[in-house]
Amino acid sequence: MRYPADPHPNPSPEGEGLEKKTMTETTSSSTFVNIGERTNVTGSAAFKKLILADDYAAAVEVARQQVENGAQIIDVNMDEGLLDAEYAMTTFLKLIAAEPDIARVPVMIDSSKWSVIEAGLKCVPGKPIVNSISMKEGEAQFLAHAKKCMDYGAAVVVMAFDEVGQADTKERKIEICERAYKLLMTIGFPPEDIIFDPNIFAVATGLEEHDNYAVDFIEAVKEIRSRCPHVHFSGGLSNLSFGFRGNEVVRRAMHSVFLYYAIPAGLDMAIVNAGQLDVYDTIDPELRQAVEDVVLNRKIEGEAESPTERLIALAERYKGTGGAQEKAAEEWRGWAVEKRLEHALVKGIDAYIVDDTEEMRLALPRPIEVIEGPLMDGMNVVGDLFGSGKMFLPQVVKSARVMKKAVAHLLPFIEAAKEPGAKGKGKVVMATVKGDVHDIGKNIVGVVLQCNGFEIVDLGVMVPWSKILEAANENDADIIGLSGLITPSLDEMVTVAEEMQRAGMTMPLLIGGATTSKVHTALRIDPAYQGPVLHVLDASRAVGVATALVSDTGRDAYVKGFKDDYAHVRDVRAGKGQSVLHTLEEARANYYDAYLSDKPAPPLQPGLHRFDDWSLSDLRECIDWTPFFRAWELHGTYPSILEDEVVGETAVALKADADAMLDRLIAEKWLTARGVCAFWPCARHGDDVVIHLAEEERHVTLPFLRQQIKKSRDRANMCLADFIDPAGDWMGGFAVGIHGIEPHSERFRADKDDYSDILLKALADRFAEAFAERLHQHVRTTLWGYAPGEQLTNEALIKEEYRGIRPAPGYPACPDHSLKPILFDLLQAGDNAGLVLTESFAMLPTAAVSGFYFGHPESQYFGVARIGSDQLEDYARRRGVDIETATRWLRPNLD
Amino acid sequence: MTANSTMSAREALLAAAKERILITDGAFGTEIQNWKLSEADYAGTLGLSHDQKGNNDILALTAPHVPESIHRAYFAAGADIAETNTFSANRISQADYGAEHLVREINVESAKLARRIADEFQAQDGRPRFVAGAIGPTNKTLSLSPDVNDPGFREIDFDHLKEVYREQIDALVEGGVDFILIETIFDTLNAKAGIMAAIEAGDALGRDLPIMLSMTLTDLSGRNLSGHTVEAFWHAVRHARPLTIGLNCSFGATQLRPHVKTLSEIADTLIMVYPNAGLPNELGEYDEMPDTTAGLVGEWAEHAQVNILGGCCGSTPAHIAAIAKAVEGMPARALPEVPVRTRLAGLEPFTMAA
Repeated sequence: MRYPADPHPNPSPEGEGLEKKTMTETTSSSTFVNIGERTNVTGSAAFKKLILADDYAAAVEVARQQVENGAQIIDVNMDEGLLDAEYAMTTFLKLIAAEPDIARVPVMIDSSKWSVIEAGLKCVPGKPIVNSISMKEGEAQFLAHAKKCMDYGAAVVVMAFDEVGQADTKERKIEICERAYKLLMTIGFPPEDIIFDPNIFAVATGLEEHDNYAVDFIEAVKEIRSRCPHVHFSGGLSNLSFGFRGNEVVRRAMHSVFLYYAIPAGLDMAIVNAGQLDVYDTIDPELRQAVEDVVLNRKIEGEAESPTERLIALAERYKGTGGAQEKAAEEWRGWAVEKRLEHALVKGIDAYIVDDTEEMRLALPRPIEVIEGPLMDGMNVVGDLFGSGKMFLPQVVKSARVMKKAVAHLLPFIEAAKEPGAKGKGKVVMATVKGDVHDIGKNIVGVVLQCNGFEIVDLGVMVPWSKILEAANENDADIIGLSGLITPSLDEMVTVAEEMQRAGMTMPLLIGGATTSKVHTALRIDPAYQGPVLHVLDASRAVGVATALVSDTGRDAYVKGFKDDYAHVRDVRAGKGQSVLHTLEEARANYYDAYLSDKPAPPLQPGLHRFDDWSLSDLRECIDWTPFFRAWELHGTYPSILEDEVVGETAVALKADADAMLDRLIAEKWLTARGVCAFWPCARHGDDVVIHLAEEERHVTLPFLRQQIKKSRDRANMCLADFIDPAGDWMGGFAVGIHGIEPHSERFRADKDDYSDILLKALADRFAEAFAERLHQHVRTTLWGYAPGEQLTNEALIKEEYRGIRPAPGYPACPDHSLKPILFDLLQAGDNAGLVLTESFAMLPTAAVSGFYFGHPESQYFGVARIGSDQLEDYARRRGVDIETATRWLRPNLD
Repeated sequence: MTANSTMSAREALLAAAKERILITDGAFGTEIQNWKLSEADYAGTLGLSHDQKGNNDILALTAPHVPESIHRAYFAAGADIAETNTFSANRISQADYGAEHLVREINVESAKLARRIADEFQAQDGRPRFVAGAIGPTNKTLSLSPDVNDPGFREIDFDHLKEVYREQIDALVEGGVDFILIETIFDTLNAKAGIMAAIEAGDALGRDLPIMLSMTLTDLSGRNLSGHTVEAFWHAVRHARPLTIGLNCSFGATQLRPHVKTLSEIADTLIMVYPNAGLPNELGEYDEMPDTTAGLVGEWAEHAQVNILGGCCGSTPAHIAAIAKAVEGMPARALPEVPVRTRLAGLEPFTMAA
């Protein structure tokens, strides 16, 4: 049968057509299902190339794009002669299982080989579709495969294919599908899990016997649907237009027209590139008419040209015009100015911000209204996106940069108009406490709070308590925020709290920074100050906390919640039995018995080595990026973080900015890496290591701490001294620092560019760590030379898969920061590397690392953890200080 | 063996569940801790080289009076169903204790023991009692890589896990269980391997071997570890034709509430839920009182969202008794009529229109 030559045939009135069906349904329940075809090696040359090249990471991205483009199911096919299809199928399925934004949709396991299908079924945790099984090899095998699919929990596509061959005519399609249906019912196969593929074949091939294929398909679907309740229909759409390869416009028109008629007949899924379907109504009417005549096989009596010939002739016109019409990237520049400001803030684009702000200023009666209106509206959008986890810190800091530039442009106008400034939500005084120099975290918190309408008074680093209190009073602050990274800063924070109490202040005190914790805040800081004390775990929480604290209504209950929580922590802590300690004597008896014959040979190049300008390009090679991302509160391991489903995009952008800055700072030589290391003969005396400086005729004692917590049987109570031979041995020390950051940092801040400032500081930290790692390698292979043949990849280097350790004072194996002055003296680190210490033993410049070298093959990192009062007294004596001083230095290890 | 000689175990449970809300038992681990057993008590005379402390399942061989008394306590508290003490009695988990060779024996003996006590209680009052052979998830996962740098890596494969499960299922059936309960499902693909093993075991027996499935949620949004929502999970396992589907462990009853409701609306089979006794406190202990738990799970019964209730971590016979009392006389949940639809699943459900 043929359709009448009516240009608007009846079966598909408006509302039944493709556009309605695909547009109105949601992804969870759908009348017509788009199956992504791009992860199919037989359908996509690009995908095939990636799989053959073993580039699965890029192949996974193809799947992601499919889902993003609206594919509701993704078809995976690895049937390619050059491939081990089972391996490729299982590898790919396992990889996409790890990607939640891909794995959320069902998979179609597509292969002509049963072994590949079954291998795939064993990797898919949801309910997939198998594509396909058929009666090609007879009924018995068909049913065996169907039963397996049922037991694995899969729906199946059944091809209209039997022992004789593939069904081409309407009658054959109906006959084969009905027979398959009846067979499947005998084994209890759920009818709703059957999807028939009655074969879409190419039309308009020039062979007359092909002309009715599309009509045959559509008619067969209608009939099978009425005979076999609950089944569905699918088909490979691209076959239809095979004759028009290379002419995308015509192919797309053919697919859309075909679907327009096949969907109402019952076709409910098709393997298509979801991004490449035209809406029926938007197809050029002349082309649409020609395509309809071909698809519906409408021959017009008396006309010389057949529909196929007409379409072929018409197709010439569309050749080569099918290229994607790229949307202008700068489309947003045509939007209304308010929308442009919002867009610039959300996307962190500062290129046009001054022009746009100026345009807005001219449009509003008063300059202040630009801030209070569109700019704050935009920042509220940023705040909401950040709060709901849809934006991440690096993006927010970029947004803040845009905001600052806009505000800077407006300020002169506001001042000229002698208007009061914009009223913020509240005023926060922030400082890194005395003795500490670390401010990346504090700066990030400051920026985030500014983004959310708070006014920030940033006092900088190494700020004594008196200055903090003074600034809080002068500025009539609503909140004080303290930051610190090294452990002595914890004590300094307690001091600030005590002084606030003494001064009778009541404003809230926020505590943040890497070594701070809820427990320390509850146990030490909260009891020292009657006003609200709140530990803020990371920058993303700062906004919520600060907002609650300036709220008129919710504040008291909020503060009480914290006070109660901290009281609870103290109660639990008081009630909790602490880990049992050995006496110092017992712990020493359980020392780590290193095999001393394995101790390293004396250094090949003993003495002191100074490096005035280590190559930054070399250091760049061994940067450990994971902590860099952590500094921006992007959690994950590099490089896989770049592909992380949540933060990946942000991480990629951040890395690109970092790389660009690295290129420039190396080319323009912004920074200098200076360092020093030395090796000394030494011997263990109890828990001390005594260094012998022959030329100066003096001995230097390095006292170390020993673990005292009771261990299960075989584990030793370790001390760094255990790795040194009492009969004579060698150890080393080093200090490295990155100089020259200040002028650039100041330049960025002057330019309202916190983002670049924080980026530079974070990179300087990475350089310092990389320098420590690279220098240690140079020591092992060359200077000390106990591992001359060491060949480590950068990854192995970062994982510290080498012999020997470089513990740093202030870190778990050697927690006393006060060993740093001794180390610095041994190294003459001031003269040799330009490094100095603050009163809390923080190093300046901030991007610096120092530590000791131990070369024994059994030497290892450990945590000293809690020690007893007996060791405290012993240590004070060995270190030559009074108990009070030792208590202050070792406080984190005392309870 | 089963409740009524003329009915299969599946039919008997369905019949009982029509009448009232049934009760399954509570936690074993915490009860066993109360016995303060020494390593020697666990190890017995089996001569195993590894430390056996904490190998709860091996008590079936070395101290059977312990699981026996716990089963008795739960039946006395009102349980209709006993879950065998075999959560870790599989080749993978027992390898940690060097007891892989005892897997069959542990399961057979655990099943026999539960069967004997169930039959004893049933003989006393004529009320049917059932034994569910409990199968844990093992400590390996088929859907996730243990190595963050190699997301395609898997520690085990489907066929291996299926064989591990099959060995346990065959032994439980030999010991006389009525049902196979695949519980604490954190990985949907692990469960699918278990289902496959149970189907194949049933095929080999030539009879219906009813499967019970119980998912555990690892986040409050209602997903398990492999990332499946409750509804996607149902789609992925529906082919097992499970006698019961439900949730266990996870959190306390409060946090499970929305997910029980979802499951109750979509699953055309019995719903069994046995949550933890609340959330652990800061010391890792469960301190939710029996009446609190009973009140919370009782709300599901009031809303006719469940057919079988019980307890998981932290629950005791007192909790089970309180739950039994709270739901006594309440009407059973009727199975919903669910339209025939093609229901697929990725991590999220996907339903095709008719």
